[in-house]
Amino acid sequence: MSKRLDAMSNWIDARFPMTSTWKAHLTEYYAPKNFNFWYYFGSLAMLVLVNQLLTGIFLTMNYKPDASLAFASVEYIMRDVEFGWLIRYMHSTGASMFFVVVYLHMFRGMMYGSYRKPRELLWLIGMGIFFVLMMLAFTGYILPWGQMSYWGAQVIVSMIGAIPVIGQSLSNWILGDFMLSDAALNRFFAYHVVTLPVLLVTLVFVHIVALHEVGSNNPDGIEIKANKDPVTHIPVDGIPFHPYYTVKDIFGVVVFLIVFCGIIFFMPEMGGYFLEYNNFIPANTLQTPDHIAPVWYFTPYYSMLRAVTVNFLWVDAKIWGIVLMGGSVAIFALLPWLDRSPVKSIRYKGPYFKIALTLFVISVFVLGWLGTKSPTPLYTLLAQIFTVIYFAFFVLMPWYSKIDKTKTEPTRVKE
Amino acid sequence: MRKITSILCILCLVPLVAFASGPEMKLDKAPIDPSDKISLQRGVRTFVNYCMTCHSAEYMRYNRLRDIGLTENQISENLIFTGQKVGELMTTAMKKKDAKQWFGVAPPDLSVIARSRGADWLYTYLRKFYRDETTATGWNNLLFDKVAMPHVLYQLQGGQSLVVKTVDDGHGGQHEVKELKLDTPGALSKTEYDLYIADLVNFLVYLGEPAATKRVQLGIIVMLFLFGMLGLTYALKHEFWKDIH
Amino acid sequence: MAYMDKKKEMNSRRRFLITATSIAGGIASAAVATPFVLSMMPSERAKAAGAPVEVDISKLEPGMLLLVEWRGKVVWILDRTPEMLANLKKLEEQLADPKSEKDQQPQYAQNETRSIKPEILVVEGVCTHLGCSPVYRKDIAPADLGADWLGGFFCPCHGSKFDLAGRVYKHVPAPTNLVVPPHMYLSDNLLLVGSDSKESA
Repeated sequence: MSKRLDAMSNWIDARFPMTSTWKAHLTEYYAPKNFNFWYYFGSLAMLVLVNQLLTGIFLTMNYKPDASLAFASVEYIMRDVEFGWLIRYMHSTGASMFFVVVYLHMFRGMMYGSYRKPRELLWLIGMGIFFVLMMLAFTGYILPWGQMSYWGAQVIVSMIGAIPVIGQSLSNWILGDFMLSDAALNRFFAYHVVTLPVLLVTLVFVHIVALHEVGSNNPDGIEIKANKDPVTHIPVDGIPFHPYYTVKDIFGVVVFLIVFCGIIFFMPEMGGYFLEYNNFIPANTLQTPDHIAPVWYFTPYYSMLRAVTVNFLWVDAKIWGIVLMGGSVAIFALLPWLDRSPVKSIRYKGPYFKIALTLFVISVFVLGWLGTKSPTPLYTLLAQIFTVIYFAFFVLMPWYSKIDKTKTEPTRVKE
Repeated sequence: MRKITSILCILCLVPLVAFASGPEMKLDKAPIDPSDKISLQRGVRTFVNYCMTCHSAEYMRYNRLRDIGLTENQISENLIFTGQKVGELMTTAMKKKDAKQWFGVAPPDLSVIARSRGADWLYTYLRKFYRDETTATGWNNLLFDKVAMPHVLYQLQGGQSLVVKTVDDGHGGQHEVKELKLDTPGALSKTEYDLYIADLVNFLVYLGEPAATKRVQLGIIVMLFLFGMLGLTYALKHEFWKDIH
Repeated sequence: MAYMDKKKEMNSRRRFLITATSIAGGIASAAVATPFVLSMMPSERAKAAGAPVEVDISKLEPGMLLLVEWRGKVVWILDRTPEMLANLKKLEEQLADPKSEKDQQPQYAQNETRSIKPEILVVEGVCTHLGCSPVYRKDIAPADLGADWLGGFFCPCHGSKFDLAGRVYKHVPAPTNLVVPPHMYLSDNLLLVGSDSKESA
């Protein structure tokens, strides 16, 4: 039996690098042995990606990208298709959980300096993934064609129209109409189910290839490749990904699934955060809901969009709001070059970085919360203050990271 | 590290607390029980007799009502007045265009109304109609000012009228309190009417998501399985990691 | 390397845990696959559209063919004349399954006329070869079908022939007789196609 199996794998290996790929990426890929809690979220993001692809395919079997049929087709899935409700909730909950996992994954990178040399490109590819993910979330949220789908998209689309000179033509080109309509729904559906998923899967593949080229960072922020066994040339602080991190990740997957299934089966709306109440009203192009707010994962950026209320340098406040919102996402890409600290990990960084990161996290949460509220003068002021703090984290980093009092990194990872 | 984690945890709670302080008018808690099939059956009777005169539930099939303990024969004999088949959708004969002319707005479809409005809102709304000579229908609603819908259940609840009281708030200021007073009693007492509405709201909640009961049942099995998996995978991880620690 | 030094053999505990986790994982995968597979079955809408159809046959005249749609398929209802019924017997030599032994009809239609009432034929108008709909040819001995044609159904796609009870001829591409759908008479002139019991109607 095992002889047969050997013969078969030899046959394949002569034609396809099966065993060598298995070794290079699993059994002989050496990961630092000191991964902690924060290192679960990469593999969990993969899990959610698979969930979205799988449930997405089955949803397209019954969904109709037509403005007059879309809302009804979603309810058709929820009622008439056997287990359609489960597949739909897996997809809608998966969308939010994708952001939960990706935000934690990014925060991990910020804490332990995973964006620093030699992982700048890895970080940039990750930013590409983040951008595509946001586009997927946006195009996907339009599809049920409820009130929030429609008016949320309307707000975003109006932003394109605000671009000087070409804005209006660009907006018409993107929508295929002079307003948000069936034409846009139909093409956003195409992006959501074909273009963007293909792009996302490709980028994730490239992300992993890049990761396995440079090797994983770790909570101590030191390079395990710098300290190899003289005989075997294996990093002394590395352990094979398989079986050690596979069994660890499987455990992480089960913990995640408990949370994930808890939401799907017991609170799929998540108190209006994952499925907004107003999106259970079919899109009405004549009436905006009293209160519109984006889904929770977009609210920090939405707050910053609204925070700018003064015209500045002969440019409208509206445009600045859009610039700020785009900038708040794009600025992450500059992190590898903004951080001038001699150490990578927060464990050895000084108080300035720790304070800055804490303030940054607080500002993200406050801005996120403000984004769910209707603006009042007080809220707008708060949004402005925290927008400044948010950007200060990045803009001042070259300065505070340089003068910060850091500790010396150890040569070996801590257990 | 630990500090950051704890800050994150606290921050997670902020929006929830803030969200809780919500709408202007206090909603009454709807006393509903989705597992009470008798209540759901009373609710659907009210729904087809009153609501479906104007409103549809066009994403719902009649035969789905087997969920709440009815047989297809019972459904087609007692609940279908339009000559439709039991597998068809719960549509209404009223045309949207006509309705718009009569009421100013087309009566919304009620399939997912409980999911957009919430049970408490519906329970409060259906009990807060009062007479108002200034409106087209002669009725107004305390929760939904100038609502186009007339008080369909008037004969059951009776007629209420609005009483505006000025109350001292104890800090030297004054504010208005709006209350409803029952002028002409209806066929049901207040308690009976509240129960009647609770049954209807219970049905509307079921109607919003017919799969909800099945979802929770399946969820319990899934969770039990996952907790089993949790122990197993933890043991597996622990066993292999003995090599490293 | 620390992990190598302390590395244990694949002991029985590891083996057990791997097996147990794999089995549990297998069960989980099957459980996850189930709703996806089931979601591809006909939905409630499809079932409602496929509900049995009531047909009033009071206006059906001898020799006349009535076309009814059930589950997106054409169902023929043919009122056969006495001559047509008499001709059925003459053909038995040329037919592949004259006694309707293959399971292409409910038990109550497994008889000489393949019907509940002898003169009324209820049969799906779908050729058992590749799904075309045959043509009703009641003319006797036409030029194209030969001198021994006593009336029947002819499939224009690949030339299969069926008699007026939907029985297939020998040596044609279609392998079996036409399918008789479940049906019943609610009253003398009211036919229910698609169901043969009141409960599931």
